[in-house]
Amino acid sequence: MSATRVPPPLSPRARWTVRSIGAAAAVGMALTVWLGLWVTPPDQVQGNLVRLVYIHPGVAWVALYLAFGLAAVASLLYLWPRTRSLFWDRLAAAAVEVGVVFNVCTLVSGSIWGRPTWGVYWAWDARLTLTAILLVLFLGYIALRRLPADPEKRAKRSAFVCLFAAVDIPIDHFSVLWWRTLHQGATVLNPDLSPTIHGSMAWTLLISFLSLTLVFVWMLLVRYRIGVLEDWLGSGELDVALRQRQAEGSSAGTADGATGTDALGTGPREPVPSLVPTPSSPDPAGVVAAGHPAVPERAR
Amino acid sequence: MWRDTLLVAGKDLRIEARSRVALSQVVPFGVVALVLFAFALGPDRTRMAAGAPGLFWLAVLFCAVLAVQRSVAVESVDGARDGLRLSGLDPAGLFLGKASAIAAQLIVLEVVLGVGVVLLYGARITTPWLIVASCLLGTLGLAATGTLYGALSAGLRVRETLLPFLLLPIAAPVLLAGTRIWQAGMAGGTAADGSQWLRLLVVFDAVYLALGVVVYGPIQESA
Repeated sequence: MSATRVPPPLSPRARWTVRSIGAAAAVGMALTVWLGLWVTPPDQVQGNLVRLVYIHPGVAWVALYLAFGLAAVASLLYLWPRTRSLFWDRLAAAAVEVGVVFNVCTLVSGSIWGRPTWGVYWAWDARLTLTAILLVLFLGYIALRRLPADPEKRAKRSAFVCLFAAVDIPIDHFSVLWWRTLHQGATVLNPDLSPTIHGSMAWTLLISFLSLTLVFVWMLLVRYRIGVLEDWLGSGELDVALRQRQAEGSSAGTADGATGTDALGTGPREPVPSLVPTPSSPDPAGVVAAGHPAVPERAR
Repeated sequence: MWRDTLLVAGKDLRIEARSRVALSQVVPFGVVALVLFAFALGPDRTRMAAGAPGLFWLAVLFCAVLAVQRSVAVESVDGARDGLRLSGLDPAGLFLGKASAIAAQLIVLEVVLGVGVVLLYGARITTPWLIVASCLLGTLGLAATGTLYGALSAGLRVRETLLPFLLLPIAAPVLLAGTRIWQAGMAGGTAADGSQWLRLLVVFDAVYLALGVVVYGPIQESA
């Protein structure tokens, strides 16, 4: 087992960076919760419900634009022959997985907000429908990735699916402008790029966006690292198994001529005594048949 | 490219004309789906007429999945896919040819299903050009996305289950826009309501046809 490969450990600097981002994200989220629940005032129209504004748009920003946008760019860079590297493939995969989590959070937080303001958890509105379609499209991407395939082929195929799905992102963004939807227009990323929110609420909203972005970056880095380890495990396991078999074959062949490799040459033959059941032991393989000697043909 | 398009489309359509799979299985499946939808809705004709646009497009969507599966399956035996790659045909022509063949089959199907919803559901069409335009544009979009995903899923052992999962959500805008245009083109609708959805279909078709022309070659290599 000395041949077991160990994936290269993260450098202390990389580990420190990931931990710092994680800590900054945790502090940012705590700050958002404090500002959102205690410091900012309730809204004139929506009352305390407006506090969802510090979660829902931020989560949607991460899912729809940051995560899926990054996945699309990474897929494009993978497909571009000059920048083709499995780094982009793993980055896209990590971004999609984290994006799907944030997309589900977007739909759930939107539904919780929708019930008291619109009267329904779900409305068949263009923006909501397109966001749900986006979720299903990227679930398809994850399903495709799970299929066992050659890493290069899988990467290429996944990159195409990601790009096709990403066509939905701009349609989703502009849906509130193109169709008269129940969902309100963009508060921050509107065509004039002038946020229609002021005072402490604007600051809290900004901090929520930054903290959720940090949460995304932290999750992305951790997921990317897991992806690398998974690839090591996938390719390493076979190498370890092969080397183990080769080592067993050669040591058995040199130690005892009677226990060399079998006819197919795929591995060492079972040692003779193990095929002879002891009188007290049961006979699971059915080697002892009625009227026949206990020792099989090959061992005699 | 256009010559190759005609060649490939002609090949696929000839295979269909000889095997009659589309005619004897896909079209009847569409009609069965219409009848089953009617069972699910009950005998109320006003409700059936109101639901006709959506049910028509849903039936088309399901049949499109079958047509795409069939289009992929004809290439999956006897090394036909490798043969096509070796033939030196332009990948863009190959994509357009396969998409045209699927589109031609879907158009035939839509005529049958269109007559079906008028007869079975009592749908009254008031603006025929809107209905025809939606069918042509919707079919083009379905054929383009279907051909792309068909090529992506070719060679996968789980093709039959994966293809609908990937294709149906991506084709959802066609269902949405097609249904709205049909509602605009039927009794009670106004033609102006359909125009913005027609624009969506035009954009959808343009995006996926352009994507297909550009990326079909690399997709074939990855399959």
